[in-house]
Amino acid sequence: MAGNGHQHHGSRLYLWVWFWLLALTAVEVFLAYIQVPLNTMLVLLMALSTVKAALIIAYFMHLRFERRSLTWTLMPPLVICIVLMIAFAFPDGFRLLEMRKG
Amino acid sequence: MADLSVNAWAGGEAPYAIKSKKLGMWLFIISDALTFSALLVAYSYSRLANPNWPTPFEIYPAITLSTIMTFCLLSSSVTMVMGVSAAHRGLRSTAVKWVLATMAGGLAFVVLHANEWIHLLHTGVTPFQNPWGVPLFGATFFTLTGLHMTHVVCGVIYLGIIAFGFGRGKFEGLDVEVAGLYWHFVDLVWMFIFPLVYLMSNKIT
Repeated sequence: MAGNGHQHHGSRLYLWVWFWLLALTAVEVFLAYIQVPLNTMLVLLMALSTVKAALIIAYFMHLRFERRSLTWTLMPPLVICIVLMIAFAFPDGFRLLEMRKG
Repeated sequence: MADLSVNAWAGGEAPYAIKSKKLGMWLFIISDALTFSALLVAYSYSRLANPNWPTPFEIYPAITLSTIMTFCLLSSSVTMVMGVSAAHRGLRSTAVKWVLATMAGGLAFVVLHANEWIHLLHTGVTPFQNPWGVPLFGATFFTLTGLHMTHVVCGVIYLGIIAFGFGRGKFEGLDVEVAGLYWHFVDLVWMFIFPLVYLMSNKIT
């Protein structure tokens, strides 16, 4: 029931992941505090948040210790759909921004 | 465990080597993740296309409070993995205590967030207008945080049912683990709402 690899990694691993998640959050808040220019800020925040999401999925949600086939079934569709949404929405957002500025 | 001698990709009996409850929760999480991505992309689109987007959140109180809320959710995720691991080792009362701690983290989040909503509503921010400019600000803010709040509230109720049932021996370790998957997902979504909605609306001085 518990699966084969479940018991090997104890609370130490989880506490480390927790520590890193908090540290990355602190970096994000610090970026807001020192008021980094907006575009740089967005890129940095998204990069940091993606790392945090990956940590949560891999360790807390245990995907790293599941069979690879589960990862390969779940993750590509999600990533492709998000990339498609971004690819359609953002160029148009920039176009509107330029029109309104001008 | 089912016989996995057949190659998983060749349609072995259990290609993912997990129970159907867990696979079901994973599929729900993926579809829910797409809902949230669509909302976050819609928000970012409006944010980008409007040069006069309001940036009302100051370091204190709004950013500080939302950082504390992030801390509550992250910590409740840790207590949840501890609960799942105790549940798998058969330590029923320990697992229930960890799940109750998780619920406390979730409740703290809900209380802080509701408090902030009330403050914003008093400032005149509603889904249809706000004192600072583009009305869409309120619409996207309340839609995103509202849907997330709904998930947190449902999650706390879900965990309550699981803790109660697991304590009485009605549920098994797997049920706690599946509830944990949902809870981590709620935490995961906040990891994107917090930077995009709060930190990107940091008041520029």
